[in-house]
Amino acid sequence: MTVRGITKRIGSIKFSCVSPEEIRKMSATKVITADTYDEEGYPIEMGLMDPHMGVIEPGLRCKTCGCKVDECPGHFGHIDLALPVIHVGFIKDIKMLLESTCCKCGRLMLSEDQIQARRESMERMEELGGGTIEVKNFSKETAKDASGKGVCPYCGAEQIKIKLDKPTTFREIEDNHKLTPKEVRERLERIPDEDLVTLGIEPSTCRPEWMVLTALAVPPVTVRPSITLDSGDRSEDDLTHKLVDVLRINQRLRENRDAGAPQLIVEDLWELLQYHVTTYFDNQTSGIPPARHRSGRPLKTLAQRLKGKEGRFRSNLSGKRVNFSARTVISPDPLLSINEVGVPVIAARELTVPVHVNEHNIEKIREMVARGPTPVPERPYVPGVNYVIRSDGRRIRVTDRNAADVAEGIDIDYTVERQLVDGDVVLFNRQPSLHRMSMMAHRVRIMEGRTFRFNLTDCPPYNADFDGDEMNLHVLQSDEARAEARILMQVQENILSPRYGGPIIGAIHDHITGAYFLTHNNPRFDRFQAMNILFKLGDIEVPEPYIDEATGEPYWTGKQLFSIILPKDFRTTFKANICQNCKVCQKENCEYDAYVKIRDGQLLCGTIDVKGIGNSKGKILDRIARDYGSARAAQFINQVTRLVLGALMNHGFSTGIGDEDIPEEAALQIRNNTQDCIDKVTELVESYQDGTLEQMPGRSLRETLEVSVMGVLGNARDEAGKIAGKHLGMNNPAVIMAKAGARGSMLNLSQMAGCVGQQAVRGERLSRGYWNRTLPHFEKGDLGAYARGFCSNSYKSGLSPTEFFFHAMGGREGLVDTAVRTSRSGYMQRRLVSALEDLKLTSDGTVRNTIGTVVQFKYGEDGVDPARTVRGKAIDLDDLFAEVLGDQADELLHIDTKDVGGDYGSLEKDEMEYIEDEESEEYDDLDMDFDGGGE
Amino acid sequence: MAAENISFNVLKHVLVPEHHLLSEDEAKEVLSRKNMTPDQLPKIRKSDPGIKVLESIHGPIDEGRVVKIVRKSETAEEFVAYRLVIRG
Repeated sequence: MTVRGITKRIGSIKFSCVSPEEIRKMSATKVITADTYDEEGYPIEMGLMDPHMGVIEPGLRCKTCGCKVDECPGHFGHIDLALPVIHVGFIKDIKMLLESTCCKCGRLMLSEDQIQARRESMERMEELGGGTIEVKNFSKETAKDASGKGVCPYCGAEQIKIKLDKPTTFREIEDNHKLTPKEVRERLERIPDEDLVTLGIEPSTCRPEWMVLTALAVPPVTVRPSITLDSGDRSEDDLTHKLVDVLRINQRLRENRDAGAPQLIVEDLWELLQYHVTTYFDNQTSGIPPARHRSGRPLKTLAQRLKGKEGRFRSNLSGKRVNFSARTVISPDPLLSINEVGVPVIAARELTVPVHVNEHNIEKIREMVARGPTPVPERPYVPGVNYVIRSDGRRIRVTDRNAADVAEGIDIDYTVERQLVDGDVVLFNRQPSLHRMSMMAHRVRIMEGRTFRFNLTDCPPYNADFDGDEMNLHVLQSDEARAEARILMQVQENILSPRYGGPIIGAIHDHITGAYFLTHNNPRFDRFQAMNILFKLGDIEVPEPYIDEATGEPYWTGKQLFSIILPKDFRTTFKANICQNCKVCQKENCEYDAYVKIRDGQLLCGTIDVKGIGNSKGKILDRIARDYGSARAAQFINQVTRLVLGALMNHGFSTGIGDEDIPEEAALQIRNNTQDCIDKVTELVESYQDGTLEQMPGRSLRETLEVSVMGVLGNARDEAGKIAGKHLGMNNPAVIMAKAGARGSMLNLSQMAGCVGQQAVRGERLSRGYWNRTLPHFEKGDLGAYARGFCSNSYKSGLSPTEFFFHAMGGREGLVDTAVRTSRSGYMQRRLVSALEDLKLTSDGTVRNTIGTVVQFKYGEDGVDPARTVRGKAIDLDDLFAEVLGDQADELLHIDTKDVGGDYGSLEKDEMEYIEDEESEEYDDLDMDFDGGGE
Repeated sequence: MAAENISFNVLKHVLVPEHHLLSEDEAKEVLSRKNMTPDQLPKIRKSDPGIKVLESIHGPIDEGRVVKIVRKSETAEEFVAYRLVIRG
């Protein structure tokens, strides 16, 4: 928070190789013995746990800096290697250097002119903003050009080609002579500084011979602490184990060499030392077996500590655990505003906001501190204080006991960590955080209970439901953060999604059914009913009721009630989701009440359903968010959800398996129709077998058969659906939900009531299993409908055993697809984000990366924020015309002819476009059946 | 565009946007208008087929020259971008 006591600022960081001299210079101690602790349990001097390298036990002091645990940062030690050893991490660079330089004189094997030209090119490249990658690639090219020469252009020595025997052995190709690390080092030593620059190496900070180790840095004890087990045994860190191995072999190698042991033994030991040093750096080096713990578990050495998802970078640096956060189960509360989040009291007592004490608030804060961390009485909730931070930075924990004293001592310039209160700005998040709406700012509402609660309309952006989902909450700690969150991240600012330029927050499920009941065919509500529906809306103006001519009782109409919450000058025209797409639109006289017309904030005709207020499709919502601002849109959503739920509760709504009941005659009709289709398939198969089937262009005979069969069977299901639909009627709750767009589709219904239809795997009829048949229940080579996965039963009537099996086959594909898709798209997303995460939009409209290179001269080429577009278009001309010309425009522009094809069948496809990845599980089944249906 | 000494003029392909070589003065003007230094421009390699075509018209193009690219844009009809010619 406060930036205190900064004495030095980091200007730049440079990574380079470290020289053996430097390793020895920075070393606090030389390590010679492989032992760690003596019998008394004290660390051995010049052992791996030497107290010069830092302390891990409380009470002891570091012998280098004299600090205690947590104060001493740890100090490096070093091991002097008996013979040099190659560092695996640099193996590629060593190979490059050996190949491109002369084995005798060490010069880069290019002529002076060439070298000069390369240097100039490099300088020019830097001038023109070439990044490190380009420079690196260029030096790679240089090395490539220089290598493969037969004779050195300087000393004329003949060159012997070198081959790398993975991971760390170099061989001369001709006589298979093995180059010892010592020889490699000598060659690298000979390369002159000037030639290194051309190869992209800065010789003042990194001489190539340092890539062959003569001294090994031993990391501080604090990096590899040993753990004391409950039994009192010491368990050493993996790195310590590896260093013990290195030390042992190093010792033996030195002894053998000094004693003049046979060359063979020395070489073997040398190779073993190389192995241990290699695995010390990276235990997953390809070509060598990983070093294992006694238990058989591979050791976690240096590279393993850094690499991958659980590595230091991704797990500890890019992502950290944080304070001031909470996580719990979520549950719905339709009475909260979309901008609010209900926080349980227990969580609110732990989460705090820092408040700076000044002369204006000091009295209030004293009072608050005096209450302590657990104010009594517990209800109503009042915030207490958990910590007080004095002006010198000291933290005092407030307890019930010391609260009064601490309150007394509060002074100006103190900071007080106050518990949450209603209205605090917090961030609310649900994983996976796939888009920016996965983390939005909410206002706190302290509530009873143990769950986080929020408005149901906030579910789609988080992709949340309440089957046990948990979410995270973060309390903002500074005024800047709060302001930024409020302006950019608050829920109402994210109603319009940048993904498709339409609302992502809006009525869902029951809201839509409710809106349907409120407005469809304009029902009447008497005073009691109307007030019951309206009372939750709060401060509204109740319109003048109509008077019933027969009884003289006042009544309100549904459309009238809905108009209450519309802005007073609102105007729009569109077709509702229930529209039947008649050939000639009857407009205002629509027999289905599907033509929505709103003038001056009055709903004149039409039914409000998903197309009106639904999330992602809601036209009214879209207009309000765009034309009246986010605050008005939030107010509208809050009110509309309360209103329609009132209407729904007034009406009552339930659905059950009985809703899929169809009369016996309808069932018979479906059966007959299905049987006709199956007979047709049999005919097709027969004609295929006698060769009378007419081949389609570009298809084999077999493919022709499959295509026509799929067509016929697809038809069978559609027809069954149509018959069922006809008999279910618009009074059926399931149909109402499907037509209004609340939940489910006509396809779902027809599968339940009519016929499940053809099952498919990879878009084809089922064919695999046994030889030339799917199941032993059928004859070999049977190509008929039933033998290839057609389910003529409905879910309700129940599938036959074979049908059930086929259905499982089709269903399995859906499951596998989702599993594969989520993992693959997750990785794709990660790569995409990694590529784009540091690009930013600058104030001059250009998109630039961190070094200021332009990526796009104008954001999106037109500089338009996609969240403010109308379905991706910067301006909606039709809309402008409608505004200027009034009702005429509707005629002129044929507004009503847009959105064609709402017929059963294509409706699902339309829906899928919006739903896409989000609700894949439920829709997968449909998706597949679609392919199968051959539409 | 006259380009004889190359086997195929990629710039004539429908999918390839227009490439124009800017004179040094024009390039300077563009940079000062955009308030940029040359190294901040996006890059194009000298070996790029588009540059090859331009070279066949204007003669050799040095590194550091600026190419103007006019392309069709889904959002903005036409969009103008600039690229700096680099080694490659």
